[in-house]
Amino acid sequence: MATTDKEVNELIKREYEHGFITEIESDTFEPGLNEDVIARLSAIKKEPEWMLEWRLKAYRRWLEMDEPDWAHVGYPKVDYNSISYYSAPKRKEDMPQSLDEVDPELLKTYEKLGIPLHEREKLAGVAVDAVFDSVSVATTFKEPLAKAGVIFCSISEAVRDYPELVQKYLGTVVPHGDNFFAALNSAVFSDGTFVYVPKGVRCPMELSTYFRINAANTGQFERTLIIAEDSSYVSYLEGCTAPMRDENQLHAAVVELVALDDAQIKYSTVQNWYPGDENGKGGIFNFVTKRGACIGKNSKISWTQVETGSAVTWKYPSCVLRGDNSVGEFYSVALTNNFQQADTGTKMIHLGKNTSSTIISKGISAGKSSNAYRGLVKFGPGAEGARNFTQCDSLLIGDRCGAHTFPYIESKNKSAIVEHEATTSKVSDEQMFLCRQRGIEPEQAVSMIVNGFCKEVFKELPMEFAVEAGKLLEVSLEGSVG
Amino acid sequence: MLSIKNLHASVEGKEILKGINLEIKAGEVHAIMGPNGSGKSTLSQVLAGNEAFEVTEGEVTLNGENLLELETEERAREGIFLAFQYPVEIPGVSNLQFLRTAVNAMRQHKGEGEMNAAEFMKLAKDVSKQVDLDPAFLKRGVNEGFSGGEKKRNEVMQALLLQPKLAILDETDSGLDIDALQVVSNGVNALRAEDRAILMVTHYQRLLNHIVPDYVHVLAGGRIVKSGGRELALELEERGYGWLGIKDEEAANSAN
Ligand SMILES: Nc1ncnc2c1ncn2[C@@H]1O[C@H](COP(=O)(O)OP(=O)(O)O)[C@@H](O)[C@H]1O
Ligand SMILES: [Mg+2]
Repeated sequence: MATTDKEVNELIKREYEHGFITEIESDTFEPGLNEDVIARLSAIKKEPEWMLEWRLKAYRRWLEMDEPDWAHVGYPKVDYNSISYYSAPKRKEDMPQSLDEVDPELLKTYEKLGIPLHEREKLAGVAVDAVFDSVSVATTFKEPLAKAGVIFCSISEAVRDYPELVQKYLGTVVPHGDNFFAALNSAVFSDGTFVYVPKGVRCPMELSTYFRINAANTGQFERTLIIAEDSSYVSYLEGCTAPMRDENQLHAAVVELVALDDAQIKYSTVQNWYPGDENGKGGIFNFVTKRGACIGKNSKISWTQVETGSAVTWKYPSCVLRGDNSVGEFYSVALTNNFQQADTGTKMIHLGKNTSSTIISKGISAGKSSNAYRGLVKFGPGAEGARNFTQCDSLLIGDRCGAHTFPYIESKNKSAIVEHEATTSKVSDEQMFLCRQRGIEPEQAVSMIVNGFCKEVFKELPMEFAVEAGKLLEVSLEGSVG
Repeated sequence: MLSIKNLHASVEGKEILKGINLEIKAGEVHAIMGPNGSGKSTLSQVLAGNEAFEVTEGEVTLNGENLLELETEERAREGIFLAFQYPVEIPGVSNLQFLRTAVNAMRQHKGEGEMNAAEFMKLAKDVSKQVDLDPAFLKRGVNEGFSGGEKKRNEVMQALLLQPKLAILDETDSGLDIDALQVVSNGVNALRAEDRAILMVTHYQRLLNHIVPDYVHVLAGGRIVKSGGRELALELEERGYGWLGIKDEEAANSAN
């Protein structure tokens, strides 16, 4: 018994692949946060007056708020005045007009990460927006998208070029004072992605954003806003990495999705921020607010996430099901190893009639990590005939890790139906012995068993990325056998 | 091919195997019989390298090579195959994926290239037909929701697929009805070859009507107490384990 557990623990020791630092000249703000810093940030971005006012309103709100402590995580207090709130690669011109003008070092960085920004390369068919520290450095495939009427650009550009749309929807799903981290983000968000899909349009390709934290002592506060008009469809994927640094770094993002009548948004995340070393030093604090509003009837929002990185994750992609017959889905794989902590799950808020939601959560804990699922399913008085199905499975690797499940159900409507299933299992010695008896290496066996456990979630990812996610798990579990 | 000398093994500090001696040559089929709890599965697991069991004394060689030094997966690649008495489930991992991973691991060891998906599919379908398993089983999770008999046929199918040097079959006959027993026996008989040895572990002699062994050994209390030819099994059937001075609560059933 003990031998096998020891082996498994050896196996899951892993190396972080994306830990390199790019030597690039940056313009970085002095650490610290006050109204002047926010005004400077807004000025650099040439923002209209209303945007600055909105930021300041959020900042003042934030000052009155306390950092939440209810999550099943523990971490040293963040000193918000020791963080720099803006860092951007230095450039001679204002913004690169095409990829050819992007700093070659940056392009190399993305190539190292396996994300070629050159349109001809292998991600052809997927439009990419790359966000490096605080700014968007390149967005590909703008023209064919524009032809279809789809707007895909950085949120900074959108604030300048599509102010009506941004003003109409920004903060409608996640208000500026929603929670501590959302308020902070609203005050200091530096960049992020904006997507607008007009009525009746099926977005012709996958959209994707890659986020990269590079500079030291900076926080990344991106903001994403996706609007799907009546009968439109869009599939969006984000990926994230960061260098290995001994200090913790803060990532506090906000994502807002709006789906109107008969519209569908599919939002997938492959999160692989630096998790810290095997002694728990360093790593990203990933405190994120993601929420989608199914405003229209028959609309649908699906969240799929594969979370393998970050030292501490605090994240609950949620759906507010306002439109009648609207559908919310949450498919999640969260893997924690070493000293990583994750408190993640979802909220499904049923307001409209016959709304339905599905939650499939797969938590994998290894090493000394802690992995919690926290989910709220809520039915308002008007949610006639609404239903939810929740399935929460935990897989333990070794015997020093922990898995926790916190399901909350609140119902104000008697006709609502909830089904909840939960299981906890271990990668057993018998399973390992069977695989090895058939000649399979222990590493490969663990990875195969874990992939099998996650199958229901992986099949929800866009094809290209399902393969990537499988490989990511394999890397995350890679190591040497003792 | 396989040589076991004075093998002692224990589990959780309790000695189960108390000095096993056995020689198996290529092309031979040996049957190990014995009452429940006599150590038949322990012997099978120890040969395959299950780390839950500790070898405290003795030696085992496969074609002259010290088997006990090798990891489980290395023994498998050297040609040791164990058909489990209780095959475990691996949810979500398809049989096909599992088997292809296994076949390719073996091929890699022999310096052969990976088998592509189409080639593999054809091979897998062929062997599944040999044990009368619907190829649809290949798409199901490993042993997931298989009936007892399906699990056993699945084990024999894997032996046919991996073509081992020494196949150890641990009670591959138990829980099978007469038709399934015939199917499984046909599969095992198809494995018989000049360069392959088979070690069949069974509680009942009925299997030996279908797969005729060259040698029969009786295991009791962690030792081989009697060895003989095919006729030994028949004698056991007639007279029960009590004849050898072995207590067996199931002796009465052993003849069915
Ligand atoms: N994992 C184990 N832990 C403790 N005892 C075991 C274990 N496996 C087998 N045993 C014991 O070893 C003895 C032999 O068991 P086994 O080899 O399974 O016998 P058989 O296969 O002949 O029925 C039994 O007394 C059994 O209880
Ligand atoms: Mg047994």
